Amino acid sequence: MSESFYLFSDGELKRKDNVLRMTAPDGNFKDIKVNMTRDIYLFGEVSLNTKTLNYAGQLSLPIHIFNYYGFYTGSFYPKETNVSGNLLVEQVNHYTNEEQRLIIAKEFIEAASYNILRNLRYYNERERDLESSISEIKGLRNEIKRTSDIHSLMGVEGSIRKVYYNCWTSIINQEVDFEKRVKRPPDNMVNTLISFVNSLVYTSCLTEIYVTQLNPTISYLHSPGERRFSLSLDISEIFKPLISDRIIFSVLNRNMITEKDFERDSNYYYLKDGGRKKVLKEYDECLNRTIKHKELGRNVSYRHLIRLECYKLIKHLIGDKKYEGFKIWW
Amino acid sequence: MRVTGTMFYYYFVCHRKLWCFINNISLEDESENVLLGKLLDENSYGREDKQILIDETVNIDFIKDWKILHEIRKSKSIEEASLWQVKYYIYFLQQRGIPIEKGIIDYPKIRQRKDVYLEERDLDKIKEIIEDINYIAEQKKSPVVIESKICKSCAYYEFCYI
Repeated sequence: MSESFYLFSDGELKRKDNVLRMTAPDGNFKDIKVNMTRDIYLFGEVSLNTKTLNYAGQLSLPIHIFNYYGFYTGSFYPKETNVSGNLLVEQVNHYTNEEQRLIIAKEFIEAASYNILRNLRYYNERERDLESSISEIKGLRNEIKRTSDIHSLMGVEGSIRKVYYNCWTSIINQEVDFEKRVKRPPDNMVNTLISFVNSLVYTSCLTEIYVTQLNPTISYLHSPGERRFSLSLDISEIFKPLISDRIIFSVLNRNMITEKDFERDSNYYYLKDGGRKKVLKEYDECLNRTIKHKELGRNVSYRHLIRLECYKLIKHLIGDKKYEGFKIWW
Repeated sequence: MRVTGTMFYYYFVCHRKLWCFINNISLEDESENVLLGKLLDENSYGREDKQILIDETVNIDFIKDWKILHEIRKSKSIEEASLWQVKYYIYFLQQRGIPIEKGIIDYPKIRQRKDVYLEERDLDKIKEIIEDINYIAEQKKSPVVIESKICKSCAYYEFCYI
């Protein structure tokens, strides 16, 4: 029912009666139907005033902001309206108790790596010969259970990612010089895409967490208090293989995105506006894609899977049902 | 704990929903039925003063001359729960010295209404329910899923069955 708004143009975002109106410098405007809006993404150079923010706050509408290079800057995260003291206490308890924290963190990695394997198996069946990487990751997955602290769990996770990323050059049909994951700033096409799409997944998780009673700063895998909403990072981990990685493979393999969509500016390697739009369109379509949920017997969108993940986490925290991370089942 | 009308209503619908509601785990916001309910509430009985919060506890749709209170409902499903909710409102106000004569449940969509009276024999049951609600609220764990056919249309469906 509700949708995300991605605004690319420069201009002014203002409250106009009971809508938010985006006015471009040439006077063209677009009204955002606020009742239908879930969140707003700003990519252009937009001026807005406190009246706009107050209105967005009143509507519980998060605004995600990206800089000139398409890097995620931050979110306007409206005042929490859904708070549950008891749940917060449980969320903290599960963090401070190392054993309980590890149970949840392992589940994140367990599910994320399962989903990674699904991607590899898919391409292995399409003559990419990823057999040895697959068995290597399977081996590493066995170690997840045996880890006894977050630090070594992170180590296993790192090794899995390394093997996984090594497969990317054979998965991607285009000639890419992707050797390893480099952030801040990403140094090539693939790294730039990963950074961009991952930040989108992060914001979507944040939007979904916002409507639940979970506190986004208390996380289990990533350490909280790094001045980010780290629970969002935890949950994104599970969905990155399904959403980000598949989008990246698909836009590159269909030659929708090529070197021409990037620009190098001193030490930045960034997506041009056109490329960003193409990726965002794919992203939005991906999140709206639906599948029949086997437990609920209902059609749910990929985006909604993120929300369901929050519900499962809440159930775990209140002692209702043990959390099991989402694994691609189709 | 202040027992609200919603709690009374949920008590008859599902104890698990009641527990979640008391623990502020509410999932109602986006459900289409809730949106419809809100619209219905905003657009019916425009001439009356609506949503009267009494003692910061019960929120009554509207009261006529402090004698008759009204509760607006979308449909007759789970009517038993609405009935007891209204009885509780009457009880609540009578306890505070407001002699409410009767309650009316309005169904503007089907143009019907139903009178509700608080009878002598209801009093014990109301007290019992209040105690029971308090008991449920104190539980650390949530009550089990009721697996009823009404779950399908509940805003908590996904939460309970995932």
